[in-house]
Amino acid sequence: MTVAVRVIPCLDVDAGRVVKGVNFENLRDAGDPVELAAAYDAAGADELTFLDVSASSGDRATMYDVVARTAEQVFIPLTVGGGVRTPEDVDRLLRAGADKVGINTAAIARPEVIADIAERFGNQVLVLSADVAAGRDTASGWEVTTHGGQKRPTGLDAVEWCARAAELGAGEILLNSIDSDGMRQGFDLDLIAAVRAVVNVPLIASGGAGAAAHFPPAVDAGADAVLAASIFHFGDVAISEVKHELTAAGHPVR
Amino acid sequence: MTKPTVALFDYGSGNLRSAFRALERAGADVTLTSDLAAARAADGLFVPGVGAYAACMEGVLKSGVDAVVRERAASGAPVLGVCVGEQILFEEGVEHGVQTRGVGVLEGRVELLDAPRVPHMGWNTVAADQGMALFAGIDPSERFYFVHSYAAKAKPEGARVATAVHGEPFIAAVERGPISACQFHPEKSGDAGYALLTNWIKDL
Repeated sequence: MTVAVRVIPCLDVDAGRVVKGVNFENLRDAGDPVELAAAYDAAGADELTFLDVSASSGDRATMYDVVARTAEQVFIPLTVGGGVRTPEDVDRLLRAGADKVGINTAAIARPEVIADIAERFGNQVLVLSADVAAGRDTASGWEVTTHGGQKRPTGLDAVEWCARAAELGAGEILLNSIDSDGMRQGFDLDLIAAVRAVVNVPLIASGGAGAAAHFPPAVDAGADAVLAASIFHFGDVAISEVKHELTAAGHPVR
Repeated sequence: MTKPTVALFDYGSGNLRSAFRALERAGADVTLTSDLAAARAADGLFVPGVGAYAACMEGVLKSGVDAVVRERAASGAPVLGVCVGEQILFEEGVEHGVQTRGVGVLEGRVELLDAPRVPHMGWNTVAADQGMALFAGIDPSERFYFVHSYAAKAKPEGARVATAVHGEPFIAAVERGPISACQFHPEKSGDAGYALLTNWIKDL
């Protein structure tokens, strides 16, 4: 009778299409986010995340349509992030059918937006997405960066920032290690433990998964959920294998 | 055979698209409405709700659906409340020290969960009392999707309840006469949620 560790595939969506190769069998259209979402649901995903990478190019209407079609066909929780700046953006995504909304750069520029969104919609809808890299000039040794993989420094201590975001009203933290991302050497366990020590909201670990065996240590370090993209998309590791490893390590799964 | 009608009541709260489709998939003829006559006339009334208790109650009172819920409770017409739509069926909610009166068709108050991790977010198991219609045929090992920080903790008199544990035991679902309610989101709970909604709809 404890809440299960959530296993969350993340899809990058650009102008209504999934980007980065997806290698799934039996798909009519591997570029259709709705069909992929359904495939991941069938494969046992506990939740889905769409990252709108086209957000800044202004193609928002397409994303609302993708979210709406997904919500009508896939009956597990859906988080949408990318380009979210204001409570109005959140409102539109929730109305389209998102359950939670991720916010990143806009919250760094204006932390009060976290409180604005939490007050209006409840903190359970708001996922603070932190892209973290090693930073020599911060107390913890980790720094928040913006603009995804471009690692634009902010000077913000990543651990302090996560604690502050939770205080302001973020209901969940998506902790993405930019340095580990794509390396397939496992999650940054020290980073997970450091953030876990300062927040009591749920923590999603992201960045670095390369094998099913990489997932249980992230949970041992303090993650409540685990997120990955390419290893699932390429079919290298199945969600069922991750759940098998988690179960073997004594963690509850659905 | 005609399908049972369900009024999905829109008082300005959150994502209703999933609920609409999930109810439809589970066999209901669904109408999304903020019309009180439609809420009275439907075979089943679905009361959604996300966000803060006080904000939801404000929307409920403004819409006037509180009176319809009480009428239906008195006349034996089915109501299903989900998430904050479950919580507001109780007598009161306390969030951030603010007490808000609920619709009050179930006795008890909704309070902060005493747990190391809040919100309670994710898939959890529930232990249902014998004979609950919502859980008929659903394996006790099934998990449902929760996302909330507050919950009712005491069993209303004469009700059947399902309890879940997150830090402490709380009411995950409740049934008494025509009133049914779930703290979790059946419309987001995959096959288990589909089974539960089907159970509610087939009895309408």
